[in-house]
Amino acid sequence: MARMKFLCDADRCIECNACVTACKNENEVPWGINRRRVVTINDGKPGERSVSMACMHCTDAPCAAVCPVNCFYTTADGVVLHSKDLCIGCGYCFYACPFGAPQYPRVGNFGSRGKMDKCTYCTGGPEADNSLMEYEKYGANRLAQGKLPLCAEMCSTKSLLAGDSEIIAQIYKDRVAKRGYGSGAWGWQTAYRETVAT
Amino acid sequence: MAILSARIQLLVAAILFLVCAAVTPLAAQQPTSVNPTAEAVKEQQLLQQLNRIQGLGSIPDVKSYVIEQPQGREWRQFHEVWLHWIGAIAVLGMLAVLIVFYLTRGMVRIEAGRSGINIVRFNAFERFVHWMTATCFVILALSGLNITFGKDMLLPLIGPSAFSSWSLTAKYAHDYLSFPFALGVMLIFFMWLAGNIPNRVDIEWLKRGGGIVGKDHPPAYRFNAGQKAIFWIVVIGGAAVAVSGYVLMFPFYGTTIADMQLAQIVHGVVAVLFVAAMLGHIYIGTIGMEGAFEAMGQGTVDFNWAKEHHSLWPKLKEQNLRTGPGELRGKPSATPAE
Repeated sequence: MARMKFLCDADRCIECNACVTACKNENEVPWGINRRRVVTINDGKPGERSVSMACMHCTDAPCAAVCPVNCFYTTADGVVLHSKDLCIGCGYCFYACPFGAPQYPRVGNFGSRGKMDKCTYCTGGPEADNSLMEYEKYGANRLAQGKLPLCAEMCSTKSLLAGDSEIIAQIYKDRVAKRGYGSGAWGWQTAYRETVAT
Repeated sequence: MAILSARIQLLVAAILFLVCAAVTPLAAQQPTSVNPTAEAVKEQQLLQQLNRIQGLGSIPDVKSYVIEQPQGREWRQFHEVWLHWIGAIAVLGMLAVLIVFYLTRGMVRIEAGRSGINIVRFNAFERFVHWMTATCFVILALSGLNITFGKDMLLPLIGPSAFSSWSLTAKYAHDYLSFPFALGVMLIFFMWLAGNIPNRVDIEWLKRGGGIVGKDHPPAYRFNAGQKAIFWIVVIGGAAVAVSGYVLMFPFYGTTIADMQLAQIVHGVVAVLFVAAMLGHIYIGTIGMEGAFEAMGQGTVDFNWAKEHHSLWPKLKEQNLRTGPGELRGKPSATPAE
């Protein structure tokens, strides 16, 4: 099985937010929830870079570790998913997540924030693959259809890469070698305790 | 003719424009030797500087502008390792101490036996406040411990689905019962503050170990140093869990993710220590001491209990005046309980 990861080549990101739009549309993400967002560092200054960030599907995921009801699980492809049937909306995963991935439908109504929602790597949830129930709760399950997450698939500059860890790391390495620079595989050291040596 | 010359003019203009357009970019192009990322931000560098990476986004959720905050791992370490140890040592340690103490010391008896005369110790309002706070506390404690220990202890027994339903109910109970609990703590503070200011008698009481070990009965006013300690634990601990709890309950109302983590740490640590302290309180108020429970149960205590444990309590003098000291002095030990 592959180890699926995202890699955002910030030197290519043009901050077009197409990944954000694609994600919202493909998964019918409710208003107010952003599974993916683009953040610009040093905006307007020389050397600014934009990074598209969502759940990084960490190895030894912190969200799963702190969840008081153990609603998280990791698929054979290394994708971190959760069950909305088990989630109690306590918000702990958000405190533990290094990437701000968990989202809640409500901001705070006496602590009941509703079921957590986050990037599923377009892999749905525990329900039967591509069932209506799965789609309504978690969005699309493109992986089961043999497709990669839509955000990366439709990235116009191919800045956002999705796929098997070794393959996308190699693509990034080759790019850095060819063009002579790279701002790093954003989030990899934090998520996987290893980065792409360039 | 005029039309033709106009057309030629247009054509010349178009050709000129095209030539210009082709030439200008060449002139404006950067020299190839410039490294476009010479000043570019690098992930590694940013993380080393601040241990978090923040930028600017285009959605209203300001929290989402932080793209990396690895200190979540330290909070995870606290929540999954340290809090388990602190909680387990505090709660189980207290239980162990109480069991050992009960087995060696046993119940603290009313040495002189019961006098049969009851003195009002807590009026109906005081008892109502106590039991309201106490009931809330027990539910808050159980539902709170469930958040930390439930997945290791209860989840394997009842399964994920039942455990989630129970935890969701427990979470709602935890959220809503915090209000009467906080109210109770406030009332306790105002109600019993006067009797709980530490004074010189407390030092003597503490020096003699409260008479808990052995058969000593150091003097005390309405509340002895141990009870005063419980009072301040409830007031200060209660305020700490209430404030940190409301910060958690209203997430990101003027707080950052680091504040939320800190609030959870304070809430967790204070709460488990609070639970341990209350176990001691429950012990001494029930099986630990004869005649203690009725103070909060029916509101009255036996005259001899009061004389032994609270010899300086002004109510004793009132009672002496009402019944006459001589009568009482002769009576106590001879009269059986009730």
